[in-house]
Amino acid sequence: MSEILLKAATLAGGSVVDIRIVENLISEIGTDLYSTGDLIDCSALRALPGFVDLHTHLREPGKENTETVLTGSRAAVRGGYTAISAMANTNPVADSAGVVEQVWRLGKDAALCDVYPIGAVSEGLAGERLAEIGAMADSAARVRIFSDDGKCVSDPLLMRRALEYVKSFGGVIAQHAQEPRLTIGSQMNEGAVASELGLAGWPAVAEESIIMRDILLADMVKSRLHICHVSTKGSVEIIRWAKARGSLVTAEVTPHHLLLTEEMVRSYDPIFKVNPPLRGVKDVEALRAALADGTIDIVATDHAPHANEDKDCEWGSAAFGMVGLESALSVVVSTMISSGLMGWDRLAEVMSTAPARIGGYIEQGQAIAVGSSANIALVDGSAEKQIHRDELFSKSKNTPFHGMVLTGEVVHTIFRGRIVLRDKKLFEVHRG
Amino acid sequence: MRHLLSVDDLSVDQTFELLDVAAHLETLTAGTVKKLPTLRGRTVVNLFFEDSTRTRLSFEAAAKRLSADVTNFTAKGSSISKGESLKDTAQTLQAMGADAIVIRHPASGSAKRLAESGWVSASIINAGDGTHEHPTQALLDAFTIRKRFNPTGRDFNGLNIAIVGDILHSRVARSNVKLLKKLGAHVTLIAPPTLFPVGIDSWRVPFSYDFDSELDQFDVVMMLRVQLERMNESFFPNGREYSRSYGLDEARLSRLKADAIVMHPGPMNRGLEISAGSADSKKSVVIEQVSNGVLVRMAVLYQLLGGPDMQLSGGGS
Repeated sequence: MSEILLKAATLAGGSVVDIRIVENLISEIGTDLYSTGDLIDCSALRALPGFVDLHTHLREPGKENTETVLTGSRAAVRGGYTAISAMANTNPVADSAGVVEQVWRLGKDAALCDVYPIGAVSEGLAGERLAEIGAMADSAARVRIFSDDGKCVSDPLLMRRALEYVKSFGGVIAQHAQEPRLTIGSQMNEGAVASELGLAGWPAVAEESIIMRDILLADMVKSRLHICHVSTKGSVEIIRWAKARGSLVTAEVTPHHLLLTEEMVRSYDPIFKVNPPLRGVKDVEALRAALADGTIDIVATDHAPHANEDKDCEWGSAAFGMVGLESALSVVVSTMISSGLMGWDRLAEVMSTAPARIGGYIEQGQAIAVGSSANIALVDGSAEKQIHRDELFSKSKNTPFHGMVLTGEVVHTIFRGRIVLRDKKLFEVHRG
Repeated sequence: MRHLLSVDDLSVDQTFELLDVAAHLETLTAGTVKKLPTLRGRTVVNLFFEDSTRTRLSFEAAAKRLSADVTNFTAKGSSISKGESLKDTAQTLQAMGADAIVIRHPASGSAKRLAESGWVSASIINAGDGTHEHPTQALLDAFTIRKRFNPTGRDFNGLNIAIVGDILHSRVARSNVKLLKKLGAHVTLIAPPTLFPVGIDSWRVPFSYDFDSELDQFDVVMMLRVQLERMNESFFPNGREYSRSYGLDEARLSRLKADAIVMHPGPMNRGLEISAGSADSKKSVVIEQVSNGVLVRMAVLYQLLGGPDMQLSGGGS
């Protein structure tokens, strides 16, 4: 019987306790517990429920040169995640039971964290016909989140049908809100900086108009809508209004939209090219406030690995996207905790409890309490860490935070009672 | 100065120094011998990812008149169309010994990227990057204006300049607004609302949707080329309506000041943004702009590639 004792860990609320883990459960919490097995000194570390990411691009199948389920799982564990959600825009697209089961099995084989596949809303992400949503929901992967992420479900009728259809099994549609006609050729946030740089603008209204439409649709059919990577102040205001009137809407913000602004684009370095684009200072401030006050429910990474050649080029030819699993905690601590906008309780909520609830991941996001599944991230909340792209576990190195000094670092990660990251080093026992 | 990527790279003093060098080159090459030995042994590569015969020929003439070796690399029929990247192309040219790379590219920021990415060590000259900048065009326009209004002056104070047309997509407008403002001119932008960028307020220049109200105030009217595909993108209904509101026709031409000049970066759409009568009128300096373009580009190449010990001297010396 495997046993781990976490000695003198600080809980989100501030109390210092010893946590005993037997097999895959937390068996005892107290002070001065006696160790009969493995002991980890956790003094000065926060014990938080293992993080849950609802928005991860793992690139397998199709682009295994940039990331695989295994390498993405390693990156997840380095970032304190015990569950990630594989986006559907692979090749082939995850629009059938076969593909989602393949990804799900690869996650089981990697055995570093839970990998929950997200199913496509439309066949081939083409936005024309519904994908086999029911078959994916009934498959071994038991898919509950559906998204055409990378593309917007722009057809209002298809969106309505998708929202209705997933009600039969309590699913949710995660919308990538981007009106396609308003963003033809768009490169960066539309405004003063874009006008100077001569880069085609990406108006805030392209995001906000879709969010507004989808909230009205979700209200009408009484279904659950999740908004991916909210990036503008206007979107925040719409979601706040919707929640006040009782809409079943949840929303996520990415770490990079909490920290970076469009000013970074002045370098023309495509490491800052991302969809949705980096926005202005007022947007960043609104997103932080919204995450603190609950208007935005969760942090999701939109971890998007890309090959070096797709970033080491001119802006126009570069791919959209940034990796984020390994730096998410540090960015959230630096922007939200160090600034006093929120405390550790709220951090545990937005990075673990709430995403697990939205995704229906019942064994994830449980409180650090006796009987809970032992998924735990142990975090040094005051570490000052310089991000270095060469230190990433991810197969791709496209981090926009390279060289920045951020606060907070994940030290150990425990997944289902097993230490998968110890002293920032990986402990793998993957199968397959 | 190692690169010329943006007019932001130039101080007022550096700008006038360049314009002075160009003026000096004009006198030196005015005679029968048009060629100077200044850049003998240096290699200039024209790296053109967009069709622009005029700009390429202008840079080619400039380099040749300074005795540099010139290699032209154009996208069509080259490895670019086979998917070779900008990085690989530039490094290949570097390996062949390019001292300067003149780049025209459809992506905004590509010249800056080439200069700052560490891919190559050659001097980079931006010959137009997407809808961002075209600094040598602004310099040749400044040279042309200066020559007309105050050939030895050190500022453009009191000059009233209108730039008319597709501001949104124009690299010529972006470079000219910044440079002419920096030199002291009063610049006004004129376009339909659809062809101004959102964020135009931050440019800190007056802008107007009305071409006619201040027509008699301008010393310089710079017309921008209208890309025909803009019509299909609903920026304006059709060419006829555009011409009526924003074209420089004879009626508008006749209302200009007696000594006002009409400029156009070329190639012109006669009958769209400019009538044939206006293009060929005495006020038009379009042809002069072309010859000044060679002089200004010679000055830029000289400043970037010529060391401090290098002297400008007459042909044959």
